[in-house]
Amino acid sequence: MNTNAGTAPLLEIAGLRVEVTTDDGPREVVHGVDLTLRRGEILGLIGESGAGKSTLGLAALGFARDGSRFSAGSIRFDGQELVGAPERQLRALRGLRVAYVAQSAAASFNPAHNLIDQYAEIPVGRGLKSRRQAQAEAQEMYRTLLLPDPGGIGYRYPHQVSGGQLQRAMIAMAMACQPELIVFDEPTTALDVTTQVEVLTAIKLIVEKFGTAALYITHDLAVVAQMADRIMVLRHGRVVEEGETRRMLSTPREAYTRDLLGLRAAARPAVPAEAGEEPLLRVDNVSAAYGGGFKILHDVSIAVGRRRTVAVVGESGSGKSSLARVITGLLPPSEGRILFDGAPLPPRMRQRSRAHLKRIQMIYQSPDTALNPRQRVNEILMRPLEFYLRLNGRERQERIDRLLEMIELDPGYGQRFPDELSGGEKQRVCIARALAAEPDLIICDEVTSALDQLVAQGILKLLQRLQDELSVSFLFITHDLVTVKAIADEIIVMQNGRVVEQGARETVLAPPHHPYTELLLSSVPQMDPDWLDRLLAARSGATG
Amino acid sequence: MAIHMTGRNGGIGGAGALTAVLAAGLVLAAFAAAALASGKTAGLAVGAAAALHLVLLARALLRPSATPSAATAILLATVVYGAGALALHSRFAAFPGSGLVGLAILHVTVLTAARQWRTLRKAPPSAMIGLAVTFAYAMIAALAPLLAPYPEAAIVGSEYEPWGADFVLGTDNLGRDMLSRLIFATRNTISIAAVATALGFAAGAAAGLLAATIGGWIDTAMGRVVDILMAIPQLIFALLILTIVGTSITSLVLVIAVVDATRVFRLVRAVSMNVLALEFVEAARLRGEGLLWIIRREVLPNITAPLIVEFGIRFCFVFLFISSLSFLGLGIQPPTADWGSMVRENAALIVYGDITPLLPAGAIAVLAVAINLAVDWFLHTSSGLKE
Repeated sequence: MNTNAGTAPLLEIAGLRVEVTTDDGPREVVHGVDLTLRRGEILGLIGESGAGKSTLGLAALGFARDGSRFSAGSIRFDGQELVGAPERQLRALRGLRVAYVAQSAAASFNPAHNLIDQYAEIPVGRGLKSRRQAQAEAQEMYRTLLLPDPGGIGYRYPHQVSGGQLQRAMIAMAMACQPELIVFDEPTTALDVTTQVEVLTAIKLIVEKFGTAALYITHDLAVVAQMADRIMVLRHGRVVEEGETRRMLSTPREAYTRDLLGLRAAARPAVPAEAGEEPLLRVDNVSAAYGGGFKILHDVSIAVGRRRTVAVVGESGSGKSSLARVITGLLPPSEGRILFDGAPLPPRMRQRSRAHLKRIQMIYQSPDTALNPRQRVNEILMRPLEFYLRLNGRERQERIDRLLEMIELDPGYGQRFPDELSGGEKQRVCIARALAAEPDLIICDEVTSALDQLVAQGILKLLQRLQDELSVSFLFITHDLVTVKAIADEIIVMQNGRVVEQGARETVLAPPHHPYTELLLSSVPQMDPDWLDRLLAARSGATG
Repeated sequence: MAIHMTGRNGGIGGAGALTAVLAAGLVLAAFAAAALASGKTAGLAVGAAAALHLVLLARALLRPSATPSAATAILLATVVYGAGALALHSRFAAFPGSGLVGLAILHVTVLTAARQWRTLRKAPPSAMIGLAVTFAYAMIAALAPLLAPYPEAAIVGSEYEPWGADFVLGTDNLGRDMLSRLIFATRNTISIAAVATALGFAAGAAAGLLAATIGGWIDTAMGRVVDILMAIPQLIFALLILTIVGTSITSLVLVIAVVDATRVFRLVRAVSMNVLALEFVEAARLRGEGLLWIIRREVLPNITAPLIVEFGIRFCFVFLFISSLSFLGLGIQPPTADWGSMVRENAALIVYGDITPLLPAGAIAVLAVAINLAVDWFLHTSSGLKE
């Protein structure tokens, strides 16, 4: 063990600047950040995308992404300078003393090798352990991380385990050489709330057991609150605020931190249901199956009233996206019927008239793939106007400008390609494209889950404002209960293709809950730093 | 997308551009006068084309985005062409069509080069060489009758004469000038390959796009048909069909197009599938858009880069294929000159250590390499990869 352990910091970043090379010359993305991490300490790095938090995380490994470089400052790991250090010295460090856990485990594992071989790769390759020894340790590590079947799971391939299990296997892999520092780069962002709890638990266990120091990168303050001793808020490559977790949550100093904290409080009053009115959309006893005969929806009945927001909640695989496909006609139901505005809707999209199609529009989860990269914003918005409303020339251009105004973008944005927009702006364009058709119902499929929290908040506010102005109905598909609490009038909880609970927001969110609703609700991270511990205590008490 | 003009730099200045255009104008006027001296119709046609070329050049040069180096390049090319026309004015007058095609190729090349100057300037030397060589081949093909010292099929000397003053590269097995035949072969092989590739490409791409977009049993049926065609070795399939229907240039082109279309079909179907899986296509389908709109507006613009690259590579394969068919005696028929058959006709010389028969083979190899160099670079820039 190091003699000066406990006194000298493990990682010390001072005045670090990082530059990226662009076509217009170098551009600085990190503007002089200082960071100190002691042994066994966990520091949460939080900020929106583009804040430079991942760049900083990678810097802890002495690594600058392709096309970027450290232009000034120093990174000292246990006294060793990493800026400008030879690759050989860095290689001796990475994987052994500093490890990295990436956001998407599915993209980070090599699909051609099983988990345990990838675990053993570094310890065996560096000659630290024999293969047998490494495999035995891997199984022990899998057990520590509460993976099912710890003896056998290592012999599976990445596609044979679930997303949460894969993420835990990756954490095990990072621990293979018992590093002194682990960088977690958004390890739970791509996961459902219930899975997120499992992964958070695993991280907490491992960090406590081995006393490893960690940099925990995330954009979710509630998640980092469970993990970190200290939190550092980053924005545009600068440190906004840094402090001890509890202090930061109770008395944030900067306005930006308060914004991040305040996000979860916003909720709007629910619109009361108008009694006796025929709902806009009624799905009656619908079942549906995919080609192979695999049944994905079982006897689902829902209703969406006029000018109301109905949220469909569930984990991935719960059938909520399939329900959207049934309503849009992409997946014809095997049983049941769909009524729109009182009249039955043809089951297949092809049988529907242009007037039907116009009235139901869709907004997608990932705005990157929902916009044709080779069309300018003008062209994208023009098509529904031309196609449904037969507008031309001046009138059409005026309408486009008005749509841009509605989504709070300058008319100048019309000339841009999607590549030239940020994620939030792209999603706004998707909203404008849906609005251009002047629909009665908009299906929002996880529209905020690919966005940063503040941006997502902006989108939700925009949607609510548009609903008030245009009186459209929203069918809001999401796994994020925070969003649901903020905007839904009614909530439908789905599990395994069935509706397990539905009703007005207050009714569903208030006890007594259906057990599955209870599980979902309790899994939503809270700002309280003790939330995870209490949750785990409560759950183990319930089972044990 | 790296390839588009930004127009940030100032222009080259009105005076500079005007001088340049005037100089080019003088040379082209002389060119037209030379043509006019030998025949009125030819002279008028050449004069009109030269004038059009000049107008378009002037427009390109006077645009504020024109850079000085691009202007110099345009000018130099025009002056060289005009000067060549003046020096060989009797030949230009004898083959006005050839001269016009040459002018057209030159025109398209310099204007494209000027428009893409910023991208072009950053191109690595290998790409520059590839582009220059490909351009040179195109010009030789266009200007073949003007450049060749002797006619294509005339017997002008005795058999297998060595390299010398009269016959720069000697004569072939029948006493025809080797250099002339090489030049004409460039034209024959390249134009047939270009037509065959274009046909095969159009058919394959259309079928691939339709199959991918419609999907279902139509996709399956088309896929199976293509599988069957692809199961028969390419060369044997071509030999079989050509033996049955006889070897004419039309049948050659059609057979190659069919064989080629199967490969293009597979590629286009695969890349279209990737685009079709994206949500903007689903959005278009949900809007109620028809098949053609989806293909033309949503899919095609997103697969242009791989398509162009595929075209370049297919083109290489096709002229190699034509050459091998000709070598086997089923390709382009004598006395039409063609690289493949020229290798075969003069193969006997190899025994005596003479490298002449290898020249046409070399011509094939150089063009294939040049096209691939250019295409590699294009793929690199259009895919957004950086060195």
